[in-house]
Amino acid sequence: MSPLIELQSTAKTYGSLTALDDITLSLSEDAPSMTAIAGESGSGKTTLARIMLGFIPPSRGRVLYRGKDVVKMTAAERRQFRREVQPVFQDPFDVFNPFYRIDHVLTTPVRRYGLARSDTQARKLIGEALSRVGLRPQDTLGRFPHELSGGQRQRIMVARAVLLKPRLIVADEPVSMVDASLRATILDELRTLNRELDISIAYITHDLTTAFQICDNIMILYRGAVAEAGSVERVIGDPKHPYSRLLVSSIPVPDLSKPWGGEEVHNAEPPGSMPGSGCLFAPRCPHATEICWKERPSKFLPDRHRLAACFLYRDTPVLNEPNIATVFRQR
Amino acid sequence: MTVSAQPIPAAGFAVAAPILVVQALSVHYDTTSGPAKAVNDVSFSLRPGERLGLIGESGSGKTTVATALMRLTRAPGRIVAGSIKLDGREILKMTPRELRETRLREIALIPQGAMSSLNPVMRLEDQIVDAISARMHRMSRTDLKQRVAELLRNVGLDPAVARRYPHELSGGMKQRAVMAIATSLSPKLIVADEPTSALDVVVQRQVMQTLGKLQGGLGAAVILIGHDLGLIAQFADTVGVMYAGKIVESGPVRQMIEAPRHPYTKLLVESLPRIDTKQALIGIPGLPPRLVDMPPGCSFAPRCPYAFDRCKRETTALQAIAPGQRVACHLYPGRTALPPRPPSDTMFKDVAP
Amino acid sequence: MRVLSGFRRSHTQGRISGTLILGVSILLVIVLCSVIGPFFVNPHNAHVGAVQPRRPPSAQFLLGTDSQGRDMLTLLIYGTPNTMKMGLIAGFIGVGLGLFFGLLAGSFGGIVDAMIRILADALLTLPAIAILVIIAGNVGHMTTNIMALVVASLSWMFTTRTIRAQVLTIRERSYVEVARVNGESAFEILFKEITPNLLPFIVASFVGTVGSAILAVIGLEALGLGALEETTLGNTIYWSQQSAAVLRGYWWWWGPPIVVIALIFLGLFLTSIGFDRFANPKLIRRT
Repeated sequence: MSPLIELQSTAKTYGSLTALDDITLSLSEDAPSMTAIAGESGSGKTTLARIMLGFIPPSRGRVLYRGKDVVKMTAAERRQFRREVQPVFQDPFDVFNPFYRIDHVLTTPVRRYGLARSDTQARKLIGEALSRVGLRPQDTLGRFPHELSGGQRQRIMVARAVLLKPRLIVADEPVSMVDASLRATILDELRTLNRELDISIAYITHDLTTAFQICDNIMILYRGAVAEAGSVERVIGDPKHPYSRLLVSSIPVPDLSKPWGGEEVHNAEPPGSMPGSGCLFAPRCPHATEICWKERPSKFLPDRHRLAACFLYRDTPVLNEPNIATVFRQR
Repeated sequence: MTVSAQPIPAAGFAVAAPILVVQALSVHYDTTSGPAKAVNDVSFSLRPGERLGLIGESGSGKTTVATALMRLTRAPGRIVAGSIKLDGREILKMTPRELRETRLREIALIPQGAMSSLNPVMRLEDQIVDAISARMHRMSRTDLKQRVAELLRNVGLDPAVARRYPHELSGGMKQRAVMAIATSLSPKLIVADEPTSALDVVVQRQVMQTLGKLQGGLGAAVILIGHDLGLIAQFADTVGVMYAGKIVESGPVRQMIEAPRHPYTKLLVESLPRIDTKQALIGIPGLPPRLVDMPPGCSFAPRCPYAFDRCKRETTALQAIAPGQRVACHLYPGRTALPPRPPSDTMFKDVAP
Repeated sequence: MRVLSGFRRSHTQGRISGTLILGVSILLVIVLCSVIGPFFVNPHNAHVGAVQPRRPPSAQFLLGTDSQGRDMLTLLIYGTPNTMKMGLIAGFIGVGLGLFFGLLAGSFGGIVDAMIRILADALLTLPAIAILVIIAGNVGHMTTNIMALVVASLSWMFTTRTIRAQVLTIRERSYVEVARVNGESAFEILFKEITPNLLPFIVASFVGTVGSAILAVIGLEALGLGALEETTLGNTIYWSQQSAAVLRGYWWWWGPPIVVIALIFLGLFLTSIGFDRFANPKLIRRT
C-alpha cells in the first residue's frame, strides 16, 4: 500500500492557539477513496486541508507527497505536486478573477502545464472537462463570472480540477454555498470522479449527511484533534464518541418520526479557555470523569473499523500505530 | 392553513381568526430589462401560535416576502399589488407613524445576517434598552434592567452577558441576543429569515429550540424562512414551498414530506441526502427561470418530469385540494397524489400522465 | 464597428453613466479648445505690450486685455494646455512611481514594505506646499517641465498607499490561490491577476494626482514661483494679483482663469466618479 499523501504528526499552531494537534494520516494510492474530514468551525479541518494542499507549512511534523517532503521538494517535484493535488474551494464567487472571462481558469492550466499541443486540442480538452460536469461549453465559455449562477461556477471549478488529471482533490465545503437542488449533482460528480477516474477525494465539511452519502471513511475533528474516525457507516450510523453523538443527534432530519435530539442542548458552544491537559471535549461532555480532565485520551478501538478518542472505551484495544487511516475501510 | 372540518376557500383562510392574512401580494424589482416578478401573487394566512416554514431556493422570493410583510422593501423593489392584514389592520395602508408602531411591537423581523447587525460599539444591554425605550413609556432604570435580564433569560443567556460587547459573544449567543431584542416588545408575529445559516449544527439546534420556547412563551406566530427542508420540517407546523416568486404548494409539514403533491416539492424531498442509507444522489436538473419576461405557462415546467402540453401554455393557480392543503399544478384537481413518474422521454405530452 | 457596438452595449448595461460622459466631455472640450484655439488667435498677443492694455471685453478683444497689454483670450488658449501639461506630467510620474512602490511593498512585504511605508508616511506628513516653495525658490531658471517634476516628487505617496493596500487585499483572494494551483508564477500572478484589478484604483489615483498637481502648480505660480516667462493659468493669476486687478475692477483678468480651472476640476471629478461604475462590472444591477 504505497501512500499518496502522508501527514506525519503534523500540527499547526498560531501563537498560543493550536489549530491542529498531532495528526498522522496516510491516504493510499492503490485504492483511491473518498475521505471526509468533518468538524464544526474551529475544528481545524480547513487548516488540515490547506496543509494537505501545501498552502501552509505545518508547525510540527511533515507532509509527504509520494514519499517526498513537501517543504524540501525540488522545483520540478513541486510542480508535479501542485498539479496532482488540486483544490475545490467553498466560495464560488471569489474563485474567479472578475476581470477575466471564466475561460481564463481553464486555459491557464492547459497552457502552464502543457496539457495540449495545439489550440484545437486545448479546446477539446476543456470541452470534455466541462461536459463531464454537466455543463455545455457553448453556454459557459466566453462568459464573465457574474453572468453565471453559483452552481455553474462551482462546476467550472470542478472541471478545472479534473482538467489537470490530479491524483487527489481536496474539496473544502464545495457545496455549502450552492442551492440545495444542485448540491446533489455536484457531489455526485465528485463521487463519479472517484469511481471512474480513480481520483482520491478529501471532502472537508461540517455536513455529516453528505459526508455519509458520498464518502467511504470519515474523521471527525474537535478543536484540532481527532475525536472519532472510521468507516462512515460506523461513525455516523452508530457514533461512539460523545461529540460525534452530539453532532449526529443535532442534524435536523426531514423525518418526523425522528424528532430533533429531544433534550435541551446545554453548552452548545465550546468554552473560551480550554483545559490545559485532559480531553478537549471534557467541558461539554455529559460523561466526563476524573481521568478525562487529567489526561488526553488515546485512540481506542471499540470496533475494527473505527477509533474513538474517549476514555469511555478504555477497555478496548488501543490503536498502536499513529496512522488514523488504519481503521479506514478500503473500497 | 390549518386542518379544519369545513372546506377552505382558495385563499386559505383558517376558521379561527388568523393573525396574518396575505392576499395576492406582488413585489417587483425594476431592472434595466423590465420588472422582475420576485413575488408574484402570493396568498397565505397564519393563525396565532402557528409555525409556518417558507422554503425555497435562491431567487424563489421568500426573503422578498419577509421584507414586504413589514414594508421594508427597498428600491429597486416595490410592492405593486396585494394586501397584508395583521390582526385585521391593513399594513399597506398604514401611515409611517403607524408602521413604526407596528414594527417591533407587533411584527418582529430577524433578518439574514442579523448577528452582524448588532452595533459593535455598544454594550448589549444598551442596545436592548434602546429598542425598548423607543417604543414604551418611560421605565425606571431598575425596571429596565430587570426587563433586560428577563429577556436574556428567555433566550437562555446569562443576564451577566448584558454588559458585554457583541464581539465578545459567540455566533450563537449573538443570534439569541438578536432574538431577545426582536421579541422585547412581545410581538404577535416573528419572521425569522435564515436565522441559523451561519451557525454550526449543534448551535443551530440550540438557537432553534430557543426560538421555539420564545414563541411558545409569547403565543406568537412564526414564519421561518430557509432552504433546509430538514430544519423546517423539525420546526414548522405548516410549510409553504416557493418557486420563482410563487407558492407552489402548502400544507401541514407531515404531508409535505411524506406525500408531496407538487413535482418540485417531490424532487426537493427526494434530493435530500439521508443519513440512514446510502443512495444515489439526485438533484433537480436545469436552472430556475429568470424572473423578467417570464414565458406563459407553469414556471417549473421546463424542469418538471411530469410536464405535459397544458403546462407550457397555461399558468398555474394555487388551489385548495384538501382542507389546509393547496397546490399550484395542472395535474390537480382530479387526483389526490402524484402519479408514478413518467420516463424522461415523454416530457411535454399532450395529456397529463 | 466593434468599438461602437461595444460602447453601446456598455451604455445599455449601465456601465457608462451620464456622470462619466459629462466629465469626459468637459475635459475633451477644454482639450479641443486648446488644440483649435491657436488657429484663431495670434500668439504674440500673449506677450507684454502686444495690445492695448486694460481694455474690458469687446468685439476686438473677446475677453479683454490685462494691464500689461496682453490679450486675455490668447492667454487662456495658450495657458490652459501648459497648465494641464504640467498636471499630466506630474500625474503620470506620480502614479507611475506610486504604482511601482505600491506593488513592491504589497508583494514583497517584510523590510521592503516597511521601508517604503515609512518613507511614504513620513513624506505625507510634511506640508507639501512649504517644501515645494523651498525647492521652487531655489531653482535657478524655472520652466514648466521643471515645475512638473518638482510637484511630481511629492505626488506619489497616496497612490503608493492605495495600491499597497489593494495588493495586500487582493493577494488573499481565492482567485489568486486558484492561479497558483493553475501553475502561474509569482510574476504572472502579479501582472495578470492582481494588476488588472488595480485599474480602477490606478485611474482614480491618476485623476486625483493630476488634480492635486494642478492645484500645487497653480499655488506655486500664484506665489510668483512659477516659470514666469511662460504662459500659464497660474501665472496669469499671479500677474493679476500683482496689478491689484481685483481692487481695480478688472474682472476679466482674474475671472476667466478661475472659471477654466474650475471647469478642469469639475471634469476630473465627474470622470473619477463615473469611472468606477465603468471599471467594476459587478456594480451593475443584475437583470
